[in-house]
Amino acid sequence: MMQDYTRYVSQTGKDLKPSGIRKFFDLAASMEGVISLGVGEPDFITPWNIREAAIVSLEQGYTSYTANAGLLELRQEISTYLEKRFGVEYDSNNQIIVTIGASQGLDLAFRAILNRGDEVLIVEPAFVSYGPLVSLAGGTPIPVSTSPANGFKVTPEQIEQAITEKTKAVLLCSPNNPTGSTLTKEELTEIAKIIKKHDLLVISDEIYAELSYDEVFTSFAAIEGMYERTILLNGFSKGFAMTGWRLGFVAAPKPLTEVMLKIHQYTTMCAPHMLQHGAVEALRNTYHEVEAMKRSYRRRRNYVVQTLNQMGLECHTPGGAFYVFPSIRSTGLSSEQFAEQLLLEEKVAVVPGNVFGESGEGYVRCSYATSMPQLQEALKRMQHFIESRKLVKN
Amino acid sequence: MGYMNELEEMAMKLSSEEIEILRIIEENHKISVESIALMVESSEEQVRKTLKKLEDEKIIMSYPTLIDWSKVEGQENVIAMIDVKVTPKRGVGFDEVAKRIARFPEVSSLYLMSGAYDLSITIEGKSMNQIATFVSEKLSTIDNVISTTTHFMLKKYKHDGVLFTSGDDQDRRMVVSP
Ligand SMILES: Cc1ncc(COP(=O)(O)O)c(C=O)c1O
Repeated sequence: MMQDYTRYVSQTGKDLKPSGIRKFFDLAASMEGVISLGVGEPDFITPWNIREAAIVSLEQGYTSYTANAGLLELRQEISTYLEKRFGVEYDSNNQIIVTIGASQGLDLAFRAILNRGDEVLIVEPAFVSYGPLVSLAGGTPIPVSTSPANGFKVTPEQIEQAITEKTKAVLLCSPNNPTGSTLTKEELTEIAKIIKKHDLLVISDEIYAELSYDEVFTSFAAIEGMYERTILLNGFSKGFAMTGWRLGFVAAPKPLTEVMLKIHQYTTMCAPHMLQHGAVEALRNTYHEVEAMKRSYRRRRNYVVQTLNQMGLECHTPGGAFYVFPSIRSTGLSSEQFAEQLLLEEKVAVVPGNVFGESGEGYVRCSYATSMPQLQEALKRMQHFIESRKLVKN
Repeated sequence: MGYMNELEEMAMKLSSEEIEILRIIEENHKISVESIALMVESSEEQVRKTLKKLEDEKIIMSYPTLIDWSKVEGQENVIAMIDVKVTPKRGVGFDEVAKRIARFPEVSSLYLMSGAYDLSITIEGKSMNQIATFVSEKLSTIDNVISTTTHFMLKKYKHDGVLFTSGDDQDRRMVVSP
């Protein structure tokens, strides 16, 4: 007898929309010979010194729990890193929590601050988890659309227009997934004025901080008056090529960290012990490798941006992360049509922009975290796709 | 010791774009000039000029290809590393004898070392016999060579930054992810 499970499943579970990326993944995974520009993670393997440190940790038998907030040694390294690299000071004793990726940091942040009905402004196009995580925490995600004319950078006016008396926080992500847009210190300073005026918090997803190519990265917490209003999320996934390790951290004013730590200790206990030893090594001795990876991404960015523009798929030059977000409007296709047909006909996977929010319609996300030969081949196929159908109309 | 004589070659100051071009072709010299130009946001003409300059300055020395000959039947080589002690010559130090040794085609690399011996030589040959003959007939008979210690290489794990055995070159990522 088949059980009818629908009556067991929670309303929250039913209401949660499946990620638009999932559908695309299933299609791409069923095909052979696909070159993927659809991957949201580095093509580098974690530097060996980091892997080695975790192996040694296992060999030495570090298999127990750690403190809920994470190894003190790691929190101290994170504290030093945040201060040296971004000029923001957090006390390793009570302002930093080691999380299961920035993903868990996001979850902690929303759960710690949201009451039912509280609104969180989400600057779109945006990473796919933000909205659902806000909803799961009982809040209401409110999209704030950005415009390609401004390189998908959010303006203070766009934020202010979306503010209501229920608004509690704004989620900012710079450098951004999926657009690669990176806000300058001046732009952040303008946004900060609105945050202060309306007495809001900012959840600042700085997971791509290490991958800022043209400007020195500015943490939102470093903007004058914003330290007290920022929940800073960062981690090891992108800059250190450690996605599969699932390690990140959150740093915030003490009263907020205290609440997040309560939630964290009940849901998670702590991040894996031996992997935290790897993260200590990452922060201590990986500067040169991180810089080399960054240079490599930057080269590929330059190559891809110019090549896409040459073939008629217009895109701005993203300041960071490893994504470009070209417009496919000139083809007359929707984002989904473009991505699906490109995949079926040329075996190149890109992610349709609309999965990152309505304002992503008309765009696709191409990740350049793929080897140069693969990138060259993928772009050749895209050119062929466009030419063979005379898609670009002038 | 007269080491400083040998070490005094001047390094040249390059622009960040020139350094970037060197890094790109160090990874893969088959990459097209067009691609390099796009990667460093420059023109093809400019990249060609830079490459020419770097070749003329002998900063780019050559464009070799790393081949794993042990995978080719009948082409397997025997490789030995030889530590050589030398009496330096007045006025010219180690240079003269090193340059002499370097000219033998069997010698694939030659370095002046600090420490227990002076020259470190890599020799490639068809057989152990051939290498032994080279050492006894060519190398140890040179004036100023005091002693040699020969180590035969058994297996290559890494050469010039390239790993010969690892899974690191495999892409284990999922095809599409957020
Ligand atoms: C903007 C953004 N935030 C957070 C994450 C999640 O990172 P982590 O691996 O640290 O959970 C990602 C990963 O794709 C991302 O792109």
